[in-house]
Amino acid sequence: MTVTAKAPPVADERLSKPRLLDQLVVRPEIGAMLGALLVFLFFSVVTEQFLSLGGAATWLDDASMLGIMAVAVALLMIGGEFDLSAGVMTASTALVTALLATQLGLNVWLALLVSLAFALAVGALNGWLVMRTGLPSFIVTLGSFLALQGLNLGVTRLVTGSVQVSGMRATAGYESAGFLFASTFQIGGQSFYVSIIWWALFTVIASTVLVRTKFGNWIFAIGGAAQSSRAVGVPVVRSKILLFMTTAFAAWLVGSINILRYASVQANQGIGLEFQYIIAAVIGGCLLTGGFGSAVGAAIGALIFGMARQGIVYAGWNSDWFQLFLGVMLLAAVLVNNMLRRRAERVKR
Amino acid sequence: MTSLIEVENIGKTYGSVIALSDVSTVVNAGEVTCVLGDNGAGKSTLIKILAGVHQHDQGSFKVEGDEVRFSSPREALDHGIATVYQDLAVVPLMSVWRNFFLGSEPTTKFGFLDRKKGREITKKALSDMGIDLRDVEQPVGTLSGGERQCVAIARAVYFGAKVLILDEPTAALGVKQAGVVLKYVAQARDRGLGVVLITHNPHHAYPVGNRFLLLKRGRALGSYEKSEIGLEELTRQMAGGAELEALAHELRGVEA
Repeated sequence: MTVTAKAPPVADERLSKPRLLDQLVVRPEIGAMLGALLVFLFFSVVTEQFLSLGGAATWLDDASMLGIMAVAVALLMIGGEFDLSAGVMTASTALVTALLATQLGLNVWLALLVSLAFALAVGALNGWLVMRTGLPSFIVTLGSFLALQGLNLGVTRLVTGSVQVSGMRATAGYESAGFLFASTFQIGGQSFYVSIIWWALFTVIASTVLVRTKFGNWIFAIGGAAQSSRAVGVPVVRSKILLFMTTAFAAWLVGSINILRYASVQANQGIGLEFQYIIAAVIGGCLLTGGFGSAVGAAIGALIFGMARQGIVYAGWNSDWFQLFLGVMLLAAVLVNNMLRRRAERVKR
Repeated sequence: MTSLIEVENIGKTYGSVIALSDVSTVVNAGEVTCVLGDNGAGKSTLIKILAGVHQHDQGSFKVEGDEVRFSSPREALDHGIATVYQDLAVVPLMSVWRNFFLGSEPTTKFGFLDRKKGREITKKALSDMGIDLRDVEQPVGTLSGGERQCVAIARAVYFGAKVLILDEPTAALGVKQAGVVLKYVAQARDRGLGVVLITHNPHHAYPVGNRFLLLKRGRALGSYEKSEIGLEELTRQMAGGAELEALAHELRGVEA
């Protein structure tokens, strides 16, 4: 029997009229871009400092610290998992670096390496626990969030007798490490923090990995349908653990920037930030259910955060209004994302 | 000629539950072996063993004459056994070509995805199977259920599968879509693949099948070549034979 199958005419009928919205479905960051533009225009009009170089340096710096994490968290969320320990991790890594450098007299570079190893180990442990137990990552990382929070405070108090580690300026290697993580550069007479460059770099790398590499393809797949991915040979467990380690790496980067910029760290720092990362990623188009999203979108989500937070200060309003703004943004983003997802997943039988 | 797959008296227990026991069948190149049975008959257990998801604990499982025991779906794939699951065939939010190449992505010499090549090959492979999509960038979720199965079948054929296991490919489909999928099954068969078609619908199995394995409560109820059995008898056996007649009798009683 020979089958000379012709194209099913059904497909052509439907494809002959692609709608604008259907085409936008593949651009998860489009909503965030519009939002960012609106926020930018709004504060440019109502305040004077916002559009100045000094203003830009402030809100870009605010956005950069959040953005590095939001991008990593976005990758993890696209891969179908959460990491609630991400916020505290930024403090943990800074504390490890600071304690090693100030208490043991380690060179800052060496201390940074040790805290990097620590971060990657915690990330791997998070991932391994989630994959091994099959429990939701929300619960598992809630556990590591609490555990790290306790460790941060407990160990710091035990070693220093207070809840703060300071005195980084006197340590060996502080200057050179500071140059890499916490220096400033000049544009038009205004100094900008180097964290902005880290943020841009991290976003470009993450985005390239996500859309242009094999591993990026796997991230979408394991978040979208882990079982199907496994069935076609994607190493699901290894990929997810790598994503948790990426988040931990980003937390190390932010922690290092913090400790080298301010030369001291509070043991209770970073608590509550994990939700800001998730919110920025969601505003950037990530679905809470995984399988869809964008690294650039998350970076823009962080930019909206930074602009709104600083814009409200420039406008002379009470910062309470920021929370209201955040809530409305988040709800709007989730609604838009859901609509887009339904459109993309629409089943036609 | 050695069969692509040959299982003999194969069995599997989950703890104290005997999911499958003493089942034998063969899959030859260019032929369709249909596995029929009601829910809980052991169809899934059998294909999960063939696909490398589970391991058998009785009997023998030979691929091209060599005894095997797969520890992962990847290993089964490496032996040329590809499985298309009813609901797990594709990732709905990903584009058609990304789904097509998932797990075997083409890369340029710098290690980046070769998107152009990916799109072109996908389009070509699909049109070779008679599926003409204008845009392989659209999410698979926008395709119909039948088209999704076809993408998964075309993928298996393209990546050199020798055996194609189809798990209830027509179960969730309308009459017309089911016909389209069966046409691609026949096409894969005519390209020389050995096909294992799992279904509970004898009307779908009979036209394309060469061999029919009927399962019931984890055991083989019968195994027939197409020449040995007609559609009517297949349907009767499948539905439980005498049991169904008794049921029909009872139902007539209700009507009266």
